[in-house]
Amino acid sequence: MERRDFLRVGGLAAGSLVIPATGQAVPSGSLSPVPTGDKKRLADVALNTATSRGATYADVRIGRYLNQSISTREDRVTSTADTESYGVGIRVIVNDTWGFAATNDVTEDGIASATQQAVGIAVANSVISDEPIRLAPVESYGEVSWRTPIEQNAFDVPVADKAELLLAANAAAMDNGASFVSSFLSQVNEQKYFASTEGSYIDQDVHRLWPRFTVTAVDPSTGQFQTRNSLGEPVGMGYEYLDPRDEAKYPGITMRYGLHYDMIEDAALAAEQAREKLSAASVEAGRYDLVLDPTHLWLTIHESVGHPLELDRVLGYEANYAGTSFATLDKWRSGTFNYGSPIVNFIADKTQFGSLGYVGYDDEGVRTKRWYLVRNGILVNYQATRDQVHILGQNEPHGSSYAQSWSAVQFQRMPNVSLETTDNGVSVEDMISGVERGIYILGRGSYSIDQQRYNFQFGGQLFYEIRDGQIDRMLKDVAYQSNTQDFWNACSQICDASDYRLGGSFFDGKGQPPQVSAVSHGCATSRFDDIDVINTGSDS
Amino acid sequence: MTMLTRDESFELLGGVLEKSEADHCTVRLSGSTGGNIRYARNSVSTAGVTTNMSLSVQSTFGQKTGSSSINEFDEDSLTRAVSRSEELARLAPENREFVEPLGPQRYQESNAYFESTASTTPERRTRAAADSISVVRENGLVAAGFIQDSGGFRATRNSAGLFNYRRSSNVSFSVTVRTEDGTGSGWASRDYNDVSLLNTSDASRIASEKASASANAVALDPGDFTVILEPAAAHDLIRNMMFNFDARRAEEGRSFLSKGGGETKLGEKLMDDKVTIYSDHTHPDVPAAPWAGDGRPRARTTWVENGVIRNLSYSRYWARHKGVEATPRPANIILDGSDTSLEDIIRDTQRGILVTRLWYIRTVDPRTLLYTGLTRDGTFLIENGSVKHAVKNFRFNESPVAFLNSVDVLGEPVRFNGNFIPPMRVRDFSFTSLSDAV
Repeated sequence: MERRDFLRVGGLAAGSLVIPATGQAVPSGSLSPVPTGDKKRLADVALNTATSRGATYADVRIGRYLNQSISTREDRVTSTADTESYGVGIRVIVNDTWGFAATNDVTEDGIASATQQAVGIAVANSVISDEPIRLAPVESYGEVSWRTPIEQNAFDVPVADKAELLLAANAAAMDNGASFVSSFLSQVNEQKYFASTEGSYIDQDVHRLWPRFTVTAVDPSTGQFQTRNSLGEPVGMGYEYLDPRDEAKYPGITMRYGLHYDMIEDAALAAEQAREKLSAASVEAGRYDLVLDPTHLWLTIHESVGHPLELDRVLGYEANYAGTSFATLDKWRSGTFNYGSPIVNFIADKTQFGSLGYVGYDDEGVRTKRWYLVRNGILVNYQATRDQVHILGQNEPHGSSYAQSWSAVQFQRMPNVSLETTDNGVSVEDMISGVERGIYILGRGSYSIDQQRYNFQFGGQLFYEIRDGQIDRMLKDVAYQSNTQDFWNACSQICDASDYRLGGSFFDGKGQPPQVSAVSHGCATSRFDDIDVINTGSDS
Repeated sequence: MTMLTRDESFELLGGVLEKSEADHCTVRLSGSTGGNIRYARNSVSTAGVTTNMSLSVQSTFGQKTGSSSINEFDEDSLTRAVSRSEELARLAPENREFVEPLGPQRYQESNAYFESTASTTPERRTRAAADSISVVRENGLVAAGFIQDSGGFRATRNSAGLFNYRRSSNVSFSVTVRTEDGTGSGWASRDYNDVSLLNTSDASRIASEKASASANAVALDPGDFTVILEPAAAHDLIRNMMFNFDARRAEEGRSFLSKGGGETKLGEKLMDDKVTIYSDHTHPDVPAAPWAGDGRPRARTTWVENGVIRNLSYSRYWARHKGVEATPRPANIILDGSDTSLEDIIRDTQRGILVTRLWYIRTVDPRTLLYTGLTRDGTFLIENGSVKHAVKNFRFNESPVAFLNSVDVLGEPVRFNGNFIPPMRVRDFSFTSLSDAV
């Protein structure tokens, strides 16, 4: 505990010292922002060039991105790397067809030239374009700005302090029985400036952070090994996420965390649990009631609710890669498609504090918002961009467009999609006490789902058998298989808001060329009745 | 500006090295122009071109290393990239696994650059997409496809005298064809270094045939089947297996190649006699870079010979620690086959399932390399030597180590995703559930 407290205070206090009085970036610190006036002048070059060459719409994104990663194993740092990238992406509509070009030559000439390329591509492609583009109206916001609300910019914390935290987590794991441990810290700062012919000039400063580890326990006598990954999550926060706070701790079968993560404590627990897994009972395949912790359930939500309700997938735009969707428009139009049981409500949200999807405006200049996707179990809406929302008969874009970089074209990306809690006053203990034969699953494990999002198989990090309302023992080799609609209709109980936590992914992949996007999913521990569990072990 | 010559690269990298105050410094430079076109619902959706050049600097003081990268090339930016990496290095803890950068090396060249690809125009991409769409439309079907091409260069120079430079180009194409009512789906893909080899019509015709034939699929009970894996399907599982040939993980006891007690399965026969897997960066159909990421020269390396594990890959640190040769990771994957065509394999099959490709593959158990995933875009029942009808897609739980040990026939290899893989027939491939997905 003393070591952790020292690191926490040391990291934050020392971090604040390196912010120079001049506001200039130090070499290993945060990005030095491009002055807004310069960006507006450059953006106008793109917009003016586009319209003078026949574009009926244009937007431009000037982005400076900084990523820092620190990797360690056991008692050593294996790499520290900063990746910085600066460039501009221009998207135009000419002859009712999209064109896009991007360049790292962020000069007036470079931008004018790239804009001409974008126009040329749109003109060439208009020959085979059958679907005229209809953009939903968007407000002209003028010059506005937004910043992720952070207490401590992770880039301002000295890399030695961050490395020391990872090494302390590793030491905690090794002291508690790990054979190996690797840990990582990924930090992202997107400084992006958006302007469009609609009259918006939007400056945003977005921060994300992802600490994580994998602990491995080896049994040399049998040649077997087991792993346990961290239960912390990627967040849209600053370094304060790594400042453990009691109010963000959720005690239980293992410690779980809200918006402050005690990485050292979790690493120590992970080592004990990885070792325990070596001799845990292999699950007996069959049907069980599942109690799913948010550290696990977020990914099931992501795969079986977030993706199938992306309108571009539903329409066939992703057919050649990510696939299409079972949640077709006729099901939505019917107004009666029971996606889940009546207690199931899913909300899409780009405005949630701490989440990975939290921004003020999306990458096509739409102010972000929240809206229902599934209400009282019924499918009620999708996620749509400006050029597709009219297909739903709606006139207001959802604000869910995103591009991973200045160099990539923006398109529909999943907002945070979360399962609403209930106000039934049910705690995790209450839920477990009502289960006769079940499995309690925590953490993200192996996950796979088909291209229309019907059939899925999910594993986890920790599995506990529930017998007659009590946790009986640890299990291993557990995965469950189900079908999306069956599964969500089997949801019989959701804990109340006191158990609500966010999980998420830094690297949700979609599109061609593939792009990643970061997204969170919130939920409380939930129960699913009579689900098919398989044994994935080789020695059973 | 995005395509520097060998001499220009040498000079630029030298200028950056001159700024270095570190004990060791490695500078890497890469630039490319890439274009793409994407279509769906038989109409173009998005298309674009991106040009970029970036530089990364790795600096080491003693055993403390830091890296930084940047894509701005004015003197201030270059200086900042060097000083940022040096500051990271100074702040970083010692890494006792640090190995000094390599000095000058000799490389066996391979050619993967074609001007035809690097100079692709938007109009050419539009024509290629139109060729694909028109074949699909003629058949009353719906196409979604993607064509991506790029041309660029990479160069590395370090303070120990190593310098390498290489240009490369690549084009890839894939198309998914669906029936109007969404009950059938087919797929095909091609990839080359030379775009003049690309014929989007032919591939689109195959995908169209599969889409039509896969409509109204019949559900078969899951279980163990004789399966014919087309190259794309076999590729995805075999490539995953090849990511696990790392010696250190095996010796540390956390790999499918571990035996416990620090022993590995090197030299053991794990697969059928017919299975020989090697990598060769000079292979004319699947050329790869002559060096690994750290500058080590690549040479032809046999990983599996007649079913026996023959080589594991090593980091330079682990090789030094173990006193063995530092074999780099596979440059590409080449699985020897025969001149038997896919059609001949089908003709010779009494009963089995033909699998076009696999989807959403994830590790279930790293101890056995058990993977799960699903079939997709054309899964058919073969009976008495011909395709009988389409079957609903399956979820599988299967290990490539296991199916390469029960392989009956290896066919004629084709290029897929830069690797060279044959179609194959394997016994007892395990399907565990059905999927309604089309």
